This record gives sequence, structure tokens and C-alpha cells, in this order.
Amino acid sequence: MAIAKEVRTKIQSIKNTQKITRAMEMVAASKMRKAQDRMRRAKPYAHKILQVIGHLAKGHPEYRHPYLLTREIKRVGFIIVTSDRGLCGGLNANLLRHSLQQIKKWKDAGAEISLCLIGTKAEHFFKRVGGQVLGHADHLGDAPKLTDLVGIVKVMLNAYMDNQIDALFLCSNEFVNTMKQEPTAQQMLPIVASTNVKLEHYWDYIYEPDNARELLDTLLSRYAESQVYRGVIENIACEQAARMVAMKNATENAADLINDLQLVYHKARQAAITRELTEIVAGAAVV
Amino acid sequence: MTGTRVTLRLDIVSAEEAIFSGEVDMVFATGVMGELGIAPGHAPLVTALKPGNIRVISPDTKKEEVFYVKGGLLEVQPYVVTILADTVVRAHDIDEAAALEAKSRAEQALASKSSEIDFAKATAELAEAIAQIRAVQRMKKHLK
Repeated sequence: MAIAKEVRTKIQSIKNTQKITRAMEMVAASKMRKAQDRMRRAKPYAHKILQVIGHLAKGHPEYRHPYLLTREIKRVGFIIVTSDRGLCGGLNANLLRHSLQQIKKWKDAGAEISLCLIGTKAEHFFKRVGGQVLGHADHLGDAPKLTDLVGIVKVMLNAYMDNQIDALFLCSNEFVNTMKQEPTAQQMLPIVASTNVKLEHYWDYIYEPDNARELLDTLLSRYAESQVYRGVIENIACEQAARMVAMKNATENAADLINDLQLVYHKARQAAITRELTEIVAGAAVV
Repeated sequence: MTGTRVTLRLDIVSAEEAIFSGEVDMVFATGVMGELGIAPGHAPLVTALKPGNIRVISPDTKKEEVFYVKGGLLEVQPYVVTILADTVVRAHDIDEAAALEAKSRAEQALASKSSEIDFAKATAELAEAIAQIRAVQRMKKHLK
């Protein structure tokens, strides 16, 4: 019965793994809902801030903020958002591949690349691949605060203002639905503004302090921050969705394996019984 | 539209969540230049906010509601007020400090390159050693 025992322990161990994957699936499902909720709550801010920027820009058509100006691109910055942990299918691999394609495209166009990495997966990847890294943040947890991101966004905005980079892209996963996450590279700077809305009726604000430019500066950097924040939050929702699906598959695969092994186990057991019977019958015949 | 509108539409939003949205009679806020009271029909105005309370008077109960914001920006149009609130107290030097920290983290992450290679090497050696021990044990069993 040696084989039967081996198979039994194997089945038990797979059952244990299955319990873990099932638990992980359920945890991911609940975390995904929370992340989606956070995504929804962050939306009004992005919407409102764009409105205000639009109004301000309309009031000051002569003032062109550097964030709004396109200049010759010699160096491109990328903010790459990945998860901290694995076991979420091909999510990070897909995103990193997509980012590399984008980077290569710019390199072929003769631009140099600066990176800003969020998440340990990106860190490990670019440690291998190499590249100039300006900023880095990881272990932001499931509910990152804007505070955690202020630093890295500031690094990139400063680099842009100092002409160290001429364009900035945000690479993160877009949450299409639970089954589908799409890696995207979105241009952050210069801001591709939809500020050329038709002037219906003109009005200007009273400014306090009396300097519209300063206010616009603050607004634009807040806007950049909120975009990165959204990217990070959305990426978390994607991570949890991908993990949920991956763990669901793992649980199903484990069930298949257990079925197969059970069959092997029964066969081995029956073979052993048959052998014993033939031995007994043969023994009886001799006597 | 009949009659005069007497309420203001107020939205208080932060990057992390929408804090308040609804009709109000009046809004009081602390701008960088001083306390502001905004009634319906106020002239268009944009101001930065200091950390402080936002007081809101609701049209039905006439009661005051108070929100605390850690700075931000207030935009007024005659019947619409938008407050873009910061979730943290922001100042130029605090932001710079955070930027420096992010930079040093990046440098650290790259500097730890060698140590991780060492770690990988050590694991490989360990695995090899374990395999050798196993082989020796198996041989001993056979010899017995």
C-alpha cells in the first residue's frame, strides 16, 4: 500500500494549498471592492480641479505655464506603477512589457529616459534592466494616502521644471472590468488640456493673493498629484482583481488535480486488493 | 426660472474623497488673506485656503456644519462654490523634504544591488550544499 499512502499525502497537501488559494481569492475580492470604492471617491476632485484649471486658463490666455507648453523632447520621464506583491497573474509582467515598449519607442526617437518607480515589482525589474531612477516609493499598502506620493511626484515635476525631462508619462493598469486590466501609458506633462472650450461669456476672478499664476502653479501640481494618486489606486484595484482571478484558477486547478489523484489512489487500492485475493486463492489451491 | 435663487451650490472635494456636496445658504472659510463669508451672488473669486474650518449654513435647518480642511483652494462663481481641499498640511519645504526622501529611496534601492546578488548567490550555494548532504545520506542508506 506504499503508493496509496504517497498519493494520500499528496492529495492532502493539495487540499491545503487549495484552502489557501480559496482564502486568498475571497480576500482579494473584498479588497478589490474597497479599492474600487476608493477610485470612485477620488473622481470628483479630478473633475473639479480640471474645471477650475480650465476657468483660470481661460481667464489668462496670455500666460502659458511650462506644464502646458510642448517643447522639443530630449529626455522623457516615466512614472511606472506596479504592485508590491506577486501572485496576481500577468498583471505586472504585462505592464512592465508595455512600459518597456514605450521606453524603447522614445529611445529609438533619440530621447533619454528617466524613471520613477512605484512598487517593489518595478524596482526589481529595473534593477535588472537598468535605467536612471529619479524617485522610488513602495509598500504603500492597500489604502495609500496622497502624502505618500507627494515626494515622488515633486521629484518628477521639479525635473520637468529644471528641463531635465521634457515630457512625463504615467504607466499604470487601467481597470476595465474584473476580468480585464489594460496596461496604459498616459501623458501627464505637458498637460494635454481640453482648455480650449468655447468662451461663452467672459469673466475674470478676484484673486487672493493677487497673483493668478501662483494659484495656477499650485493647481497644476495638485492636478498632477491627483492623477498619480488615481493611477496608484486604480492599479491596486487591478492587482486585487487579477489576484482574485488567478486564485480562482488556482483553486479550480487544485480541484482537478485532486480528482486525478483520487482516481490514481482508488486504482492503486483496488490493484492491491486484487493482488491479495489472487495470492489467497493461489495459496488455498496449493493446500 | 421663477424667483431668485437664494442658495449656493457647494462642493468640498479632496483628492481622496468628496467631503460635502449640496445646497447651502452661506459659506465661511479661512483664506490666506483672511476670513471670507460667501453668500449667493458673490463675485467670482479664487483664493488659496489656510488650514482651518469651513463653516456652512444649511438652508433647511439654518444650522451650522463645520468641516476642517488642511489648506486648499476655494473657487467662487456666483452660485457655485468649489473647495479643493488638501488632505495634508502643505508647505513648500515639506514638499521638498518629501521629494528628497523619494530620491534617496531610489538611490538606496539601486545601491542594494550588490547585496541582493550576494543573497541570490548564497541561496544557490545553500541549495547545492543541501543536495550534497541528501546524496551522501542516500548513499549511506544503500551501503547499510
